[in-house]
Amino acid sequence: MPSATVPTPSGNLSKTASADSRGDQSARGFGLYVHWPFCVSKCPYCDFNSHVRDTVDEDRWCAALVESVRDAASVETEAKILSSIFFGGGTPSLMAPETVASILNAAERHFGFAPDIEITLEANPNSVEAEKFQDYREAGINRLSLGVQALNDEALAFLGRAHSAKEALNAIETAQKIFARSSFDLIYARPGQTLNAWGSELGKALNLANGRHLSLYQLTIERGTRFFEAVNRGDFQVADEDLGADLYDLTQNMCAAAGLPAYEISNHAGPDDASRHNLTYWRYGEYVGVGPGAHGRRREAGEVFATAEVRSPERWLAQIEQDGNGLAEKTRVSRAAQIEEILMMGLRLSDGIRAADFVELTNMTLENAFAAETIAHLTEQNLLALDDAGMRATPSGRLVLNSLIASVAEAMTPNEAP
Amino acid sequence: MTKPSHIRNFAIVAHIDHGKSTLADRMIEFCGGLEKREMKEQVLDSMDIERERGITIKAQTVRLSYTAKNGEDCILNLMDTPGHVDFAYEVSRSLAACEGSILLVDASQGVEAQTLANAYQSIDADHEMVVVLNKIDLPAAEPERIRAQIEDVVGIDASDAIPISAKTGEGVVDVLEALIERLPAPGGDADAPLRAMLVDSWYDPYLGVVILVRVRDGVIKKGMKMRMVAAGTSHPVERVGIFKPKPDQIDQLGPGEIGFVTAGIKEVAETQVGDTLTDDSRPTTDPLPGFRPSVPVVFCGLFAVDANDFEELRESLVRLRLNDSSFQFEPESSPALGYGFRCGFLGLLHLEIIQERLEREFNLNLITTAPSVVYRIALNTGPEYELHNPVDYPDPTQIKRIEEPWIRATVMVPDEYLGSVLKLCEDRRGIQLDLTYAGNRAVVVYRLPLNEVVFDFYDRLKSVSRGYASFDYHIDGYEEGDLVKMSILVNGDTVDALSLVVHRGRAESRGRAICERLKELIPRHMFKIPLQAAIGGKVIARQTISAMRKDVLAKCYGGDLSRKRKLLDKQKKGKKKMRTFGKVAIPQEAFIAVLKLGHE
Repeated sequence: MPSATVPTPSGNLSKTASADSRGDQSARGFGLYVHWPFCVSKCPYCDFNSHVRDTVDEDRWCAALVESVRDAASVETEAKILSSIFFGGGTPSLMAPETVASILNAAERHFGFAPDIEITLEANPNSVEAEKFQDYREAGINRLSLGVQALNDEALAFLGRAHSAKEALNAIETAQKIFARSSFDLIYARPGQTLNAWGSELGKALNLANGRHLSLYQLTIERGTRFFEAVNRGDFQVADEDLGADLYDLTQNMCAAAGLPAYEISNHAGPDDASRHNLTYWRYGEYVGVGPGAHGRRREAGEVFATAEVRSPERWLAQIEQDGNGLAEKTRVSRAAQIEEILMMGLRLSDGIRAADFVELTNMTLENAFAAETIAHLTEQNLLALDDAGMRATPSGRLVLNSLIASVAEAMTPNEAP
Repeated sequence: MTKPSHIRNFAIVAHIDHGKSTLADRMIEFCGGLEKREMKEQVLDSMDIERERGITIKAQTVRLSYTAKNGEDCILNLMDTPGHVDFAYEVSRSLAACEGSILLVDASQGVEAQTLANAYQSIDADHEMVVVLNKIDLPAAEPERIRAQIEDVVGIDASDAIPISAKTGEGVVDVLEALIERLPAPGGDADAPLRAMLVDSWYDPYLGVVILVRVRDGVIKKGMKMRMVAAGTSHPVERVGIFKPKPDQIDQLGPGEIGFVTAGIKEVAETQVGDTLTDDSRPTTDPLPGFRPSVPVVFCGLFAVDANDFEELRESLVRLRLNDSSFQFEPESSPALGYGFRCGFLGLLHLEIIQERLEREFNLNLITTAPSVVYRIALNTGPEYELHNPVDYPDPTQIKRIEEPWIRATVMVPDEYLGSVLKLCEDRRGIQLDLTYAGNRAVVVYRLPLNEVVFDFYDRLKSVSRGYASFDYHIDGYEEGDLVKMSILVNGDTVDALSLVVHRGRAESRGRAICERLKELIPRHMFKIPLQAAIGGKVIARQTISAMRKDVLAKCYGGDLSRKRKLLDKQKKGKKKMRTFGKVAIPQEAFIAVLKLGHE
């Protein structure tokens, strides 16, 4: 590895210097995503890259992830320091705190940390894992995201979750005591769930969230899951579009009233409690993905590359042990595709795409990038807003965001910028 | 040259699916025209679409060599006629090339509308008829009952009808014998000036235009200069031949013979069905009767979904027309659809065949605008003219008179569905001319305006009779009608491709039906879309497509954008199959589907 590309460890003055050379990335952050692909059991709704294995050789996995972080840093020609790290999965709280510590250590050594770095770990809210929260904090984790999913036992059983509602409440309380920042997830629009039922569950959740952060996802049925088969068999039905819209509206209103407004389609936070790591994705910042199936967007010499790691855990492990990297593909993202990705991600945010970010990312202004006639029509329909601050979907636009993104993307002007 | 006394020329008249092609196959096989291994199902239907739909578009012929039981070597020319109502004129010319017909009837199904219509055409052509009852191998066959039905309904003697199974080959020899015994030999004078009828023609990439001819008098031979009377052009004859069914070159064709001629002709359009071929150096003074140029009766616009495919569409149409001069096209431009072509067809089936070939053989995505018939319009000033496109409908105050084409339709239907069929015909402004019974089948004859028929009549007929009704028609003159132009507005904008001319009394119900259908076909948008049908400035029907309420990916897959990318690519692909009018994307199938309203 050429020594010039290796950032010096934390505390070294040279890193502070390199922080100034972060250039445009400072505004959008630079994140590291670490994927732990294992779960105790597979939830029937889940189509993430998660797997159940009888045994996991954690030492090997730890070494492989450390190696992967090193390899990811080796492609950098300029020093970039991390503004966030996210351990996702799978169930990363199945990792030993020592493993987490080793990976963080490698990340700090090879990339370097911003002083206010956010380091999140996803955890299951059961009593066994809650016992490890303190150890995670000592390993360097400073934000916890709990997969609570529901606040009653019946719904938890339907969702195939291994924890009880009571355990979840305890885990939330423990997490809030140990971590200054934390969040939990709920899945709503479950079969049979009425507006009233969700309203009262969400009310409870807002109390528990304590003004911090909530991720609220509507249940979707994905191909390849057990729920997909169940719906095909006719075992149950998902909420229709109207109920889905009503549930969404109720969620927006209750969260806003409770001081936890949506900052993204499914994410709600109090002031300064938004997930910085996820903001990096949504603002089309740069991020590194390590671990099976992890994705990255890397900037090298003015170009953007999409990276994806080998998806199968065993193959990923074998490849990294053999070749020193877990990469499955690395493709250049064309300018037009970059603009589409900026739209796909940025319009999910309540603040939308910031004007300055867009100029820095594309060398074009938002006004020049899209046909004025389409923008005017969408503005007239109260679906989109474009002003000095940037371009964003209105609350009603966010509800039909897929179509809105497609309309704006279609209106992309021919690229004349250099 | 075979002596006319040893020639028999015949056609097979049948309803679809009564086994015409199978009988032809069996005869070819029996007479040794093809080795067994060369036989494939329905040899004569050479185009994929013909084979799939069981419809013959082009007339074809096969010369069969048959040694009769009396020991004489005979030539039997089988004329395979086009098999659909849209090609009535072409059928009449094919029949005029023969002296007799086999009337082929399914021994379980009995007489159908097409049997009847085609039988009458054969009778009109002065044909001797050999009645053949097919499919006697089926348990449901009732040859005696069907024999009686033929006498009763068609009104011809069926006492010597021949029972056969084209499938097993049983009785096929009896048919061949009957043709020799019962059909008259063709006449003709070999020394008279050449008179040969142009039965059909098609384009062959190697030979140029191939002309199917029936010689009446004189001789057509290689090297002579032939003249086409109606076309007024002359060409040296390059090849003369016969189909057995494989093409086989011979020196000449004489009176009574059927075969093919090539003469270095580049365009099928020059060779019009029914024209007379004669000797350029010794032309006949008496061309064969019955010729008329083929006239399209149904028009529609064809546009490429992707405007960039315009040139490709033009080239594809040129290539299709090489082989089918009965459809016409000319450039058309529409404010909404851009550049395309106004195309004329012999009928709705013909339209569908061309559309399908363009999509299948030339890989084009097409928008077909509402089919329209040809109206005759007389303005307060100026001469009468024909209107092919509703978009060009004149200012109503300037119209003195507008006429529409009518048809004479024959429908045969089992008694239990008669009520629904009568109602359908009455709803379509039909005038009943005749109602008779053949056993438990009703034979209904109606006069109907053609513009009511191009508008989903056939689909409705099948639906109200559960598929049991059969239908046949021919054009039966023009009549003045109380007609108006109806516009369809989507989101406040007129979509000219959906405009149509309707009878005033039918406008409101049809406008309502179209708006309802469009509501089903146009996907919901992010905003609500009003749909209106209007005559002039007056809205006569309306519907609203409500705005979509929720369409957003809930989940966040970390930094993995592939879901979102897949979705966006799918949306883009979907949009390619739509045309955008103002801000509304209309799927291509909407344009034709509004005409097939299904439930009225």
